Amino acid sequence: MTTYRDAVRTALQTLLREDPRVFLMGEDVGRYGGPYAVSKGLLKEFGEERVRDTPLCESTFVGAGIGAALGGMRPIVEVMTVNFSLLALDQVVNNAAVMRHMSGGQFEVPIAVRMATGGGKQLAAQHSHSLENWYAHIPGIKVLAPATVQDAHDMLLAAVEDPDPVFIFEHQMLYGMEGPLDTEATPPSPWKAAIRRSGSDVSLIAYGGSVHKALTAAEKLEKERVSAEVVDLRSLRPLDRETIVASVSRTHRAVVIDEAWKTGSLASEISAILAEDAFYELDAPVVRVCTLEVPIPYAKHLEEAALPQVDRIVEAAKRSVGGG
Amino acid sequence: MTLYISRDHALDLLRQMIRIRRLEEKSVELYSKQKIRGFLHLYIGEEAAGVGAMRALREDDNIVATYREHGQALVRGIPAGEIMAEMYGKANGCSGGRGGSMHLFSAKRRFYGGHAIVGGGLPIAVGLALADKMKGEARVTACFFGDGATDEGEFHESLNLAALWKLPVLFLCENNQYAMGTALDRHVSDSDIVNNPPAYGIPSESVNGMDVVAVERAVHNAVESVRETSEPRFLELRTYRFRAHSMYDAELYRSKEEVEEHKKHDPIANFQERAMSDELITQSDIDTIEADVAKEIAEAIEFAERGEWEPVEDITRHIYARDLS
Ligand SMILES: Cc1ncc(C[n+]2csc(CCOP(=O)(O)OP(=O)(O)O)c2C)c(N)n1
Ligand SMILES: [Mg+2]
Repeated sequence: MTTYRDAVRTALQTLLREDPRVFLMGEDVGRYGGPYAVSKGLLKEFGEERVRDTPLCESTFVGAGIGAALGGMRPIVEVMTVNFSLLALDQVVNNAAVMRHMSGGQFEVPIAVRMATGGGKQLAAQHSHSLENWYAHIPGIKVLAPATVQDAHDMLLAAVEDPDPVFIFEHQMLYGMEGPLDTEATPPSPWKAAIRRSGSDVSLIAYGGSVHKALTAAEKLEKERVSAEVVDLRSLRPLDRETIVASVSRTHRAVVIDEAWKTGSLASEISAILAEDAFYELDAPVVRVCTLEVPIPYAKHLEEAALPQVDRIVEAAKRSVGGG
Repeated sequence: MTLYISRDHALDLLRQMIRIRRLEEKSVELYSKQKIRGFLHLYIGEEAAGVGAMRALREDDNIVATYREHGQALVRGIPAGEIMAEMYGKANGCSGGRGGSMHLFSAKRRFYGGHAIVGGGLPIAVGLALADKMKGEARVTACFFGDGATDEGEFHESLNLAALWKLPVLFLCENNQYAMGTALDRHVSDSDIVNNPPAYGIPSESVNGMDVVAVERAVHNAVESVRETSEPRFLELRTYRFRAHSMYDAELYRSKEEVEEHKKHDPIANFQERAMSDELITQSDIDTIEADVAKEIAEAIEFAERGEWEPVEDITRHIYARDLS
């Protein structure tokens, strides 16, 4: 068994060993060992040229990553957390996403950007955001949300290999999670959703940290004779419409779990996809289980109440099934 | 003041400046005929800056520019026809019609764009230089930006990072005294822009950006120093834009007299005069250049007119390496 953190590090090591164009940069990725200890030991193995501690300038080090990618390198940029990535949004939206397009296909930006996301650690309103949907909104970039140890590893390899800018969101609650890691197996396409558990009564559609809450909810539901299927979206842009629609076409009910605020969320997007492509398959209204529309509170009981939790998913699924 | 350059050198400088001036003048005309749409930012008055700088750079160096980049693109070697076609939005434009006037690109000329978010090109330049440094390339990345960009956080962040990591970037600030309608002393606390870079340990110098020879010399020295040391340098090119900020600007923020005063320092007229009094060139040289350039621009327009519109069915091209839809 391997932790999610170690799986990302293993992928980093592989990439740095095998491809001289690859380098890692970000705040505290070197001496400090990475804010989540992901890059611990890499500075020693690869040196300061390839494991670069940056100043605190998100916009400019993400922009420099874009420039280095244009210049033929394969940079992996770590933006500590999604919360700080807001300072780099200009470079993401106005440069990384449009360079190929604005240049009529002459230039490409093969950059991989990693960042932690999500709440659950009582870090309060400025350190608990889930803004994956902001990124998934933008044509020209790709967005991945690894929920498993295997995906944490495989998706980073895929992101660096990809000729387009890829953003990887690692849920901060998952770094310590253990799971199997096979570094020899041929990984499945990162752009496809995965059925993490099969079921026949309702589809629980989730990504990132919420996948595990959905799996726990599915176990609880089973005890109540509700067979829940769990769909892990994996790729948030492009979205795998096919797998989503196929699952709901089997179960005829959908609960979408998303740690973002409901308004304008990816859960809303999935709901719209179901309305467009699976309307006649649905036996009950789609239910969204999202974060309450409040800034994330510090107090533990309030934070728990704000974020999607297993009980709310169970309740939503039962409502969906009961109303069918 | 004697120029101390050869006749060929003088002819080239003059030709390049005239090419830009005439291209820009024609663009205005075509804008009023609605052949060119969107934002159009003219370089008229600032030609010496682009021409002097480009001549001092090598073909293998990287260029990052702003939306006021037609002149730099032209002198860099992007054919006038491809620039014109791009402004028309035609498929034979240098960015395939996807960019327009503000986003001229050319991989072949290492021209990394036309950037229209003020300050947004600086981090890209720093990254290009980082790639070169890591790959052991002796190339310099020249980054053009305006005085307005020095207000932005990305300017200061980029200077800091380039200095900290010792990256071969030449920062070229074209100070035309205005950020749209906001005069320099109304948008920076210290209007002596050269005072900024030394705070980051970057050598910094100011040069008369209306004097093409002075610009070429200063850029030449700076760029060779960057190449030698692999450390950044900063040059302020003091210039002035004779026309409105863009075609939408009523110029309420400055007087006609002020503009007329600056026109006395017209980089082209002044250079012609000096080159003639040094007996480097004659009126007939100027006439020849003008005739050649008129022909070149006419052909450029023809090229743009002849160009095709990209089929709408192809609209999802150039978003990803492979179409995802
Ligand atoms: C980040 C950003 N803010 C505002 C604008 C709108 N804008 C376009 S050009 C400009 C002035 C820039 O002045 P300067 O950098 O001096 O360049 P100049 O136009 O004088 O060449 C402004 C404010 C923009 N494009 N980008
Ligand atoms: Mg200006």
